[in-house]
Amino acid sequence: MNQNKSNLKKFYLLFFIAALSLAGGLSFYASSSPDGLEKVAEDEGFLESAEDSALSNSPLADYGLAGLDSERLSVGIAGVIGVVVTAIIALALFTLIKKRS
Amino acid sequence: MHIPDGFIDIPTSAAFGTLALAGTAIALKKAKTEVDDRTAPMAGLTAVFIFAVQMLNFPVAAGTSGHLLGGALAMVLVGPYAASLAITVVLGVQALLFADGGLTALGLNVFNLSVIAVLVSFLVFKLMVKLLPKIKSAIPLAAGIAAFVSVPISASAFTLQYAIGGNGTAPVETVFIAMFSTHLLIGIGEAVITMLTVSAILASRSDLVYGWSRKEVALEIRS
Repeated sequence: MNQNKSNLKKFYLLFFIAALSLAGGLSFYASSSPDGLEKVAEDEGFLESAEDSALSNSPLADYGLAGLDSERLSVGIAGVIGVVVTAIIALALFTLIKKRS
Repeated sequence: MHIPDGFIDIPTSAAFGTLALAGTAIALKKAKTEVDDRTAPMAGLTAVFIFAVQMLNFPVAAGTSGHLLGGALAMVLVGPYAASLAITVVLGVQALLFADGGLTALGLNVFNLSVIAVLVSFLVFKLMVKLLPKIKSAIPLAAGIAAFVSVPISASAFTLQYAIGGNGTAPVETVFIAMFSTHLLIGIGEAVITMLTVSAILASRSDLVYGWSRKEVALEIRS
């Protein structure tokens, strides 16, 4: 049982590290072409109807750290911050849900 | 496929926001049946993993990219209600921290990705589990097919929103065809990522994969 529990912890740690590496490292190599919706909006002429989000001046807007020249570092740090923030919120949420049951 | 502000008018965004809120409320209520001491971290980390993989846009055609939506992946890993909540957390972080997806459009995005994509994935997965041999290696395939179908359907949910309250002038049929065909291609990528991830987790901890370890539950409770 204890063995199983430590395996579980190890699995969760690996899962987290995988996410961290993808967001912090591999994301630099992601395609920068517009995504499906953006491309369709461009082709069909409604891309101009898009308005900037009220948060478009956020220091992390568009997955880059404002004021950082290195694109690799900028997107990597944004990715790591996103992973950590998502982890805090999602783990807290599911711990609360679990407790209520 | 994150809708920015402005594509869809405010009344339509508000209406879908209400539907998204209702969906989230139901998920919050029912997720208890899917999450326990052992699997609560799995649900949280599934959200984290989907956030990370959504950053990895892959090319699908000239000048077009796509990224994982994650509805099917999360559904198979943690169950439909927890999956819906996990994706809503991701969409919230993306909109609030990274200005990815609009603020008034958040309800539209939650409706399309946390409600529709997960619901479609659940129904297709359930059907596939029924049709395919009852063996472990069928689960990634069922997950992949669910993932493939969920993407053009979610894209069509956008077209529905565009038909009701789109601020563009392009005819709805044209937008429908363009959205559906582009997202059919993106669906292939969605299926591949979903199959690989589900296979890897099934191989190491099949007890943590909702769609395998609790397939009786998935098949019976809601049918």
